Amino acid sequence: MRLGRKRAAAARPGAPRLLVPFAGAQLDPAVLEAAFRIARADGAVFVPAYLIIVPFTLALDSPLTHEVEVALPVLEAVELQAQREQIPVDARLERGRSVRDALRRLWEVEAFDRILLPVSADERAGFGERDIAWILMHAPTETLALRPASGSVRARVTP
Amino acid sequence: MRGRFRILLGAAAGVGKTYRMLQEGRSAATEGVDVVIGYLEPHDRPETAALAEGLETVPRRRIDLQGVALDEMDVDAVVRRAPELALIDELAHTNAPGSRNQKRYQDIEAVLDGGIDVISTVNVQHLESLNDTVFELTGVRVRETFPDRILDEADEVVLVDLAPQELQERLRAGKVYAPARVETALANFFRTENLGALRQLALRELSEDVEARRETRVIDRAAQQAILERILVLVTPQPSSQRLMRRAWRSSQRLGADVDVLWVRRGGERLSEEQAVSLAALRRLAAILGAHFLEEEANDVIAAVRAVVIDRGTTYLYIGTPERRRLEEVARGSFLARLIDALPGIDIRIAADRGRRRELLP
Repeated sequence: MRLGRKRAAAARPGAPRLLVPFAGAQLDPAVLEAAFRIARADGAVFVPAYLIIVPFTLALDSPLTHEVEVALPVLEAVELQAQREQIPVDARLERGRSVRDALRRLWEVEAFDRILLPVSADERAGFGERDIAWILMHAPTETLALRPASGSVRARVTP
Repeated sequence: MRGRFRILLGAAAGVGKTYRMLQEGRSAATEGVDVVIGYLEPHDRPETAALAEGLETVPRRRIDLQGVALDEMDVDAVVRRAPELALIDELAHTNAPGSRNQKRYQDIEAVLDGGIDVISTVNVQHLESLNDTVFELTGVRVRETFPDRILDEADEVVLVDLAPQELQERLRAGKVYAPARVETALANFFRTENLGALRQLALRELSEDVEARRETRVIDRAAQQAILERILVLVTPQPSSQRLMRRAWRSSQRLGADVDVLWVRRGGERLSEEQAVSLAALRRLAAILGAHFLEEEANDVIAAVRAVVIDRGTTYLYIGTPERRRLEEVARGSFLARLIDALPGIDIRIAADRGRRRELLP
């Protein structure tokens, strides 16, 4: 082992928190890079939150094995990339009846200083325009909606 | 992302599929889901119409067929409206000529492809593969059919069941058809033996569907019973414990093990606001993963872990990389050494911080 290298960054107490919610099995690298830049500039903790949609046939507090199997690889790929960039990261798996519901539930229990939303016409890669409109209306804090660079499909962050 | 598709399957008209669909739609709307009615066949049933009140209905598309106006679902309008959930009745319906698709199940596929969840309804006699069987049982050749793959591809198929006698009572009470049609219906399609046979068909169809969906899991379960592992994850209220829990859960999937999560709160320990948020997030994650979250108050962490291991039948302990406190190590031995001594016969795994792997590189 080489000594003297930096360890993965730890968050300083009271550091601002940057929420980056997503729901698909991929996250655009342009969004991720923007999140890292903002987190670095603000000295913020990066909070990627994978939103799991619970079908209305299941109780909201049901274990979600199948959905977790889909979510974990992408969440951990995002988390690992943040660690490599020395960005303090505090990932989340959250759930609700819809992405809006999952976000609302998260906002009720955790405070964030900024939210970065991946916007995309392809909802597998980000939030659609109706969700974005709702989030902009209801988000409890400053929200940035980021449209991914065109043609970036080839470079999604996947496990 | 394709929407989720839930089919409410019934043995015959009048068992309550449309009513159930609306109930589920209302319930989802109450929970904050954006719900619309894509197409509703109210069948002139006042109870059904009342239940639809208050739910947004996407206007239908009017098609003029040789001077006759026919209303069909406007599939493009539903996709444009982009709700989270669309209620679309009667998936086996054949659309009027001039519609975008020939069949309503094709409309539904377009809606699902738009990322919209759909609840729909259908009777078992419309299933293509059962067409001959239904004809033999009932003497009625059903013209509107849908391919079996639609049931296979649905995320969920739920049987809406009603005993034949109860259905006939509903029919007599005018809750299914207008009074003028009741006697004819009871003497023909709605005969007790017909309804019984159709009900059996629906039950059989559903059980085959459930078995097909369970097949791989059943094989997994057999493997699970042979191993009987139980994992305990030792967490603290900090972000790294999220990773630890997730990694332990992955192991549990391979081992077929149940997972317990333990936080040992030191006596009188007060959490900072950040720690309290982290702890709450760990509890939420445990619930999503189906793990049991345990909290013990003790000053001796190792003794507390040992007690839980014995109580829960743990075979496998997951911990994060322990912080090294030199003075304590000199005085009492390392945390890890003491843990190993305290837990004979228990596998212990120390989950490393994967972000530090690059420190291995020359």
